[in-house]
Amino acid sequence: MKTVEEILAAIQNALPGASVDLVTNPSPSAQHSLLVAPRDAVAVASFLRDDATLALDYCSNATGVDWPGKEVSEKVKVTRLVDGVETIVEETVKQVEPGYLEAVYHLYSVKHSRDGVALPVVIRMRTGNRADQVELPSLTPVWRSCEFQEREIFDLYGIVFTGHPDLRRILMWDGFEDFPMRRDYVDPDDYEYEPTPHDEVLKRAEEHKTALAAGEVTA
Amino acid sequence: MATESNLKIELGKQGVFVTTINELYNWGRRSSVWPMQFGLACCAIEMIATTMARYDLARFGAEVFRPSPRQADLMIISGTITKKMAPQVVRLYNQMAEPKYVIAMGACAISGGPFKQGYNVLKGIDRYIPVDVHIPGCPPRPEALIHAFMTLQAKIDAQPLTGDDRPRHLDAEAQSLFPIPVQGAHDLEPPVNRLVWPLPAPGNSTEDCG
Repeated sequence: MKTVEEILAAIQNALPGASVDLVTNPSPSAQHSLLVAPRDAVAVASFLRDDATLALDYCSNATGVDWPGKEVSEKVKVTRLVDGVETIVEETVKQVEPGYLEAVYHLYSVKHSRDGVALPVVIRMRTGNRADQVELPSLTPVWRSCEFQEREIFDLYGIVFTGHPDLRRILMWDGFEDFPMRRDYVDPDDYEYEPTPHDEVLKRAEEHKTALAAGEVTA
Repeated sequence: MATESNLKIELGKQGVFVTTINELYNWGRRSSVWPMQFGLACCAIEMIATTMARYDLARFGAEVFRPSPRQADLMIISGTITKKMAPQVVRLYNQMAEPKYVIAMGACAISGGPFKQGYNVLKGIDRYIPVDVHIPGCPPRPEALIHAFMTLQAKIDAQPLTGDDRPRHLDAEAQSLFPIPVQGAHDLEPPVNRLVWPLPAPGNSTEDCG
């Protein structure tokens, strides 16, 4: 079995125009992954499945990751006129790095299972942002085992998979509107009875009590 | 009552059997409580074990698990109730004929258990339907379920046929159907049925044990 770098080279060799990057994992596990551009994803996935030496014929796991937007503050030196004299002032500039949603697929080869090293091969796709560009191509046409797991990602993270044969919610009900696994999800305020509150629950229970006293909630 | 029971014993020594309609009626009811055959999660495995030869719930008159709510007297809530499943559980309870009883089995059924702070698990079925016996445990052992069943039998035995404490099926005014929650945009609506779940007294939730 090949290393991720070799697989990347094989993809670039076979599909010269495809945009695939290596995402290194600095931890001791060194489980590097391939970041595939959504427009090339189906072609890359088909290659990984059909290539005779790779034969990644089994997608064991598909999951989502939410990367919320974060505020980055940077110190910049600017020249300003202070009392008629040009002086260099240090200013803090705050920028919001946009977040994105990510779909992660773990691939194995049943055909080459006996040579097994450097498995699983991990490929990733990222959406444009977390609000209106949340579409990714579905890999269910390539690996049938992705079907329910992509539905689960759609259900809990809100990634819309184009080309999926049956994209519906799978764990939550159809009328549900939130995406519970996103970092900014706030669960319903039913903290009126917490016999042993602590940490986050204690905070929520006290907030509920305050809101109750202020008449903002009825229960 | 003490003198009456003494009188009964004395009469029994003379070969005279005396009873009351109340006792006879409740003896029949408590000795043929048929549970409904449905399981929600891992507690159901313990419930199944309770019915099998080793623990043998049939000794207590619960030998038949009926697969239809119309023929069942007892609903054993055996496991986690997800918010997706809760309306169906309440609907099944409504479809059961009176007299009907509920055992909430395990940490999830009584409070949400380890999933209490999750987004998709109901914090106890007693928010929507009246529960007669709660069993803690994760999951409770079969002995605990048998104990709960015996507790329920004792409760049935003690129910008078007249007066305010009479069972619901003898009270034409009593509420037998309970509102089925609707799956809303963010949560079940309503999140709790105040008529069966009046807890807590406002304001004491964090002070008591916090």
